[in-house]
Amino acid sequence: MKTNSKRKAVPAPAKKAVPAPAKAVVWNLRLYVAGQTPRSVVAFANLKRLCEEHLKDRYTIEVVDLFEQPRVAKDDQILAIPTLVRKLPAPIRKIIGDLSNMERVLVAMDLPPGPNLSRFDKEPANAP
Amino acid sequence: MKKIPPAPRRKTRSERGATLAAETTIESPRRTLPKAPTGIQGLDELTGGGLPLGRPTLVCGGAGCGKTLLAMEFLVRGAVEFGEPGVFMAFEENPSELVTNFGSLGHDLPALIAQKKLAIEFIRVERGEIEETGDYDLEGLFIRLGYAIDSIGAKRVVLDTIEVLFSGLSNTAILRAELRRLFQWLKDKGVTAIVTAERGENSLSRYGLEEYVADCVILLDNRIEGQMTTRRLRIAKYRGSAHGTSEYPFLIDADGISIRPITSVGLNHTAGSERVSSGIASLDAMMGGKGFYRGSSVLVSGTAGAGKTSIAAHFAHAATVRAERCIWFAFEESSSQIIRNMRSIGIDLEPAVQAGLLRIQAERPTVHGLEMHLVNIEKLINQFEPRVIIIDPLSNFIALGSEAEVRAMLTRLIDFLKMRHITALFTSLNTSSIAEEATVVGVSSLMDSWLRLRDVRDGAEHNRLMYLLKSRGMAHSNQCREFFLTDRGVELREVYTGVSGTLVTGTARAVLEAQEKAEDLTRVLSTESKKRLLEQKRHAMEARIDALRADLGAEEIVALQTITEVETSTAVLADNREKMRRLRDSSTGPAAAVVPVNRQPAAAA
Repeated sequence: MKTNSKRKAVPAPAKKAVPAPAKAVVWNLRLYVAGQTPRSVVAFANLKRLCEEHLKDRYTIEVVDLFEQPRVAKDDQILAIPTLVRKLPAPIRKIIGDLSNMERVLVAMDLPPGPNLSRFDKEPANAP
Repeated sequence: MKKIPPAPRRKTRSERGATLAAETTIESPRRTLPKAPTGIQGLDELTGGGLPLGRPTLVCGGAGCGKTLLAMEFLVRGAVEFGEPGVFMAFEENPSELVTNFGSLGHDLPALIAQKKLAIEFIRVERGEIEETGDYDLEGLFIRLGYAIDSIGAKRVVLDTIEVLFSGLSNTAILRAELRRLFQWLKDKGVTAIVTAERGENSLSRYGLEEYVADCVILLDNRIEGQMTTRRLRIAKYRGSAHGTSEYPFLIDADGISIRPITSVGLNHTAGSERVSSGIASLDAMMGGKGFYRGSSVLVSGTAGAGKTSIAAHFAHAATVRAERCIWFAFEESSSQIIRNMRSIGIDLEPAVQAGLLRIQAERPTVHGLEMHLVNIEKLINQFEPRVIIIDPLSNFIALGSEAEVRAMLTRLIDFLKMRHITALFTSLNTSSIAEEATVVGVSSLMDSWLRLRDVRDGAEHNRLMYLLKSRGMAHSNQCREFFLTDRGVELREVYTGVSGTLVTGTARAVLEAQEKAEDLTRVLSTESKKRLLEQKRHAMEARIDALRADLGAEEIVALQTITEVETSTAVLADNREKMRRLRDSSTGPAAAVVPVNRQPAAAA
């Protein structure tokens, strides 16, 4: 079991961090997974798609595998897998699940609804 | 691999079914369920050794029942006493709160954490922070728990209170599936776990956790009766093990949880034959001159002002004179009040208090519940190690619970005292004279000796009486004795031995005694005079006898004279006749007329 104290020192395995342009606020996102499960793969794909659509060039995604870094789970109070944590911009937001409900993800992340989200018309976003 | 052969053999046997007896003898050593001792006073006795080893136990209860405390004590005692490290997964309190809260109970959690005997994992679940966007599982929880367990090699786990998840996560279907998986996972890990849960309305726990944790369920309860709170514990379920089934009161004090099952003390105390003085010589005399048995329970009951406390003071004083320690649990008077009052009857308790032989523990009974009293008494006894205790009065406990509860508490107290050979004197106030032979709490059957004090109103005064209603295992007086509270203490009056045989006290007794004395006097006087009369009569009679005898003597003398004369004259006559015959024979002589002729008729008469 690895005991790295600094998670940022360890880049997410097999996932790439996308560099953001300096002009806008860079979104710092972290996705917690536990091994390469289908659910975590789905979650990563959903997240990637969302970022590409809404945050092009101004986000970083860090994938943390808790099997490899179990201690990290404590710091971010990770309970459910997968969990997406929006570290920046503040405040910190936590989104659990495989991010398949894109509409709720956008609401939770304070992102304006995208043009491709036709369902938004029927149901205005109001977070519970 | 070597253990495979027995299996087919057993199979063939069971198929045949003929050698059942042989099989049972082989299988006979009863395998008791392996258990993990909690170290909590009383709980291990109730569960027959502890919680099921390697399995989860559900602890349910409302707010403030002591769930968290029970769970934490299980971990701390496990780590300290049984060398089993533990993980505390806190869903409600953060580690610093836990450390502070348990620090006040004397548990040094940071030290245990530093020694890797304890790990606290805080899991914060806030619905506002969490957005659910699709399918998920609780692998994060598993990983965290697994990591914590592995990092200290934990054998014990507490999840307090996992139900918080239900308020933090909305998808209960996922949650229930994950909880089921979690408990199975805990079993697979082989850790002994306590899962706490809120008490539900219709089920044991609010979210029906008993569905998943089915091996052992402990219910905690906090009930208020008459403004006093009593915590109770019940083992609702314990698969594969015998257990106490009643509700057992427990309490939380500075030393944590302690449960007092009545079964924890028993009737197996040894009874010595040593006797201790009651402090009143004449009372001792009523018990063969030796007093009470050591280690016995003595009840002194009576109405208000009957002298109960005074007798207790004698007993306490006598103990301190023997250089024995004594605790006086006073529920009506303060320490200084007792000392002052007892000084007025000539018993000075103060030197004993100063010498550390007597301790007066004065408090209102209503400051604690019954259980707390019991524990305080036990604790103080353990500290002070007295040989004699006084509880004055017992009857005040009745305000703290039902009669059954009070009796149960006293039963435990008396058993506890007997185990330690502590002689106890209880006073009991009888409020009315309606049921004189009944104590308020019906504890007389628990007592070995019962001294009843009575207040007898007679004319313009009331007087005090005492008698031994019972005294097990010794000959004792059947007498009712009147006693006084003098400035030299309690003094029993001599046994009244008047003729009437009825009970007389006070002035009436004095009057009666005087009367009897007078009667005695007159009786004595009359006999004396009768005797004298008789004597006089005898004297008179004897005088008369003397007189008669004198008369007789005189007559005798006369008669004898006459007789002599007659005989003389007869002889003379005969002589004369002889002479005359001789004269006639020889010659006719002239001398024949010598004898006086007139005397002859007298001689013939």
